Amino acid sequence: MNTLPSFMRDSATMLRRDLRHAQRFPLMTISGIGVPVLFLLLFVGVFGDTMRSGLGTAIHAGGHYVDYLTPGILLMTACSSAETTAVNVCTDMSEGIITRFRTMAIARTSVLTGQVLGSLIRTLFSGVLVVAVAFALGFRPTATPIEWIAATGIFALITLALTWLTVAFGLLAKTPAGANSLSLILVVLPFVSSAFVPTGSMPAGVRWFAQNQPFTPVIETLRGLLTGTPSGDSALLAIAWSVGITVLGYAWARALYARSPAH
Amino acid sequence: MTTTSTRSAVKVVDLRKSFGDKVVLDHIDLDIAEGTIFSLLGPNGAGKTTTVQILSTLLDADAGDIHVAGFDLKREPDAVRAAMGVTGQFSAVDNLLTGEENLMLMADLHHLDRREGRRRARELLDRFDLVDAAGQMVATYSGGMRRRLDLAMTLIGEPRIIFLDEPTTGLDPRSRRTMWQIIRDLVAAGITVFLTTQNLEEADELADHIAVLDHGRVVAEGTPDELKRRIPGGHAQLYFRDLNALDAAAGVLGEASRDDDALILRVPIDDTPQSLLALLERLDEHALPAERVTIHLPDLDDVFFALTGHPQKG
Repeated sequence: MNTLPSFMRDSATMLRRDLRHAQRFPLMTISGIGVPVLFLLLFVGVFGDTMRSGLGTAIHAGGHYVDYLTPGILLMTACSSAETTAVNVCTDMSEGIITRFRTMAIARTSVLTGQVLGSLIRTLFSGVLVVAVAFALGFRPTATPIEWIAATGIFALITLALTWLTVAFGLLAKTPAGANSLSLILVVLPFVSSAFVPTGSMPAGVRWFAQNQPFTPVIETLRGLLTGTPSGDSALLAIAWSVGITVLGYAWARALYARSPAH
Repeated sequence: MTTTSTRSAVKVVDLRKSFGDKVVLDHIDLDIAEGTIFSLLGPNGAGKTTTVQILSTLLDADAGDIHVAGFDLKREPDAVRAAMGVTGQFSAVDNLLTGEENLMLMADLHHLDRREGRRRARELLDRFDLVDAAGQMVATYSGGMRRRLDLAMTLIGEPRIIFLDEPTTGLDPRSRRTMWQIIRDLVAAGITVFLTTQNLEEADELADHIAVLDHGRVVAEGTPDELKRRIPGGHAQLYFRDLNALDAAAGVLGEASRDDDALILRVPIDDTPQSLLALLERLDEHALPAERVTIHLPDLDDVFFALTGHPQKG
């Protein structure tokens, strides 16, 4: 059986469906970047100078706080988009068309794959917008083209992981509001990471958590690639976390989708 | 068991399904010949939708041997899915797409090439009178339009068997007639139709074979004519001014049942104009002063009462 081509073909069809939805309701995409952009403006415009003096050597001499913050805001963008995905998936699952898909001889999870790929594209687009706003605020990355590509890859990997996780949230929740609540963890987690301030400045217990949670190595890797700060082995950790969460999220979402639909 | 030359489109032996300790389907046997309309008739909660969900691979049966289009439902669900289509009670359309996009989505999922997909989509839009609305979002469609689009989406894959779960529930009389004609056309084209309905008239109009489902059990089965013979016939109700008039009428119209309190005489008639005319002629002939005549024809309630001994619930 040539299941792979059929799976890819069906997923591509579902992706077109998802993009058509997004095109019809651009607010879905735009609302995902509202919060990150707001935080960018707030922390750079209002707290920027204070934050910069508190950073010490966490950033190269002459660097601005926006240089430190932007990688963290990029991660927030991925989180915020993933939250939208949870709500979208939950809303979509209540539609009759999903029942029709289940009665058709198509690759089972292609509808989810389509949504994940659609979210990935939207999040990358949001990431570009956020970087553009950061530029306007004085963000001056030192990355070479290769480093930009690597940073995009790391951003795409963590987005993929978070999206599969939130697809599972969307399938688990009975209402869109419930899906939103489940995703709240993704809104809080960036604050307890190196997104806004270095983990070294945190109290011991919190510091341990911040240093060992998945977002910190991702942010450190992005920061290292974009602004040249030392990032140690965080790239490996970032990739490991991303792949791990992707596999878990995918398996979970798949199992949830396979549940009896007649409820 | 009878051996017939026609092949079975759907064959169900001893299907059982429970939700928790509630038995929903209890030892169901069905055998539906290819190219016919089969109707599963029953009230809300009888198990009609559950049956369709099981036959269309949405739900697993607890027990039973089920073949759809010759394929074993348990072992070859994808072969079953490829051979059949479902149009449910609640429309399975994508509200955020236009009618045409919905059809093209189905064409793509059936792996038709673009040109063939577009050709079938256009043909179906035309056939179901949706050409003008093709470019509008489905969210703006009326109930009848949604139902037609829903069926058109099912037909894109050219299924051999179509499950229609209460396809006319909630439709206005005109849309209902249109849907009936569409169903007749499907069967004329050789498709087998499995239709569930709460409406005896609908089953009578369309079905070659009817099974009456009540509390998860098939309580009667047969052609519409066979079933109707088991149902108490229709009657005319004659309303009189006083007991004298009622007495006089009762004397002339022998096999009538009377209600002295309401001053009503019920005279059995069937659904032909001749039988009503004959009754009216006798009234006229004997100058019987009936004030009012109403006609009561058997409906699902009567069928249920006759077949199950209890009135229809829900």
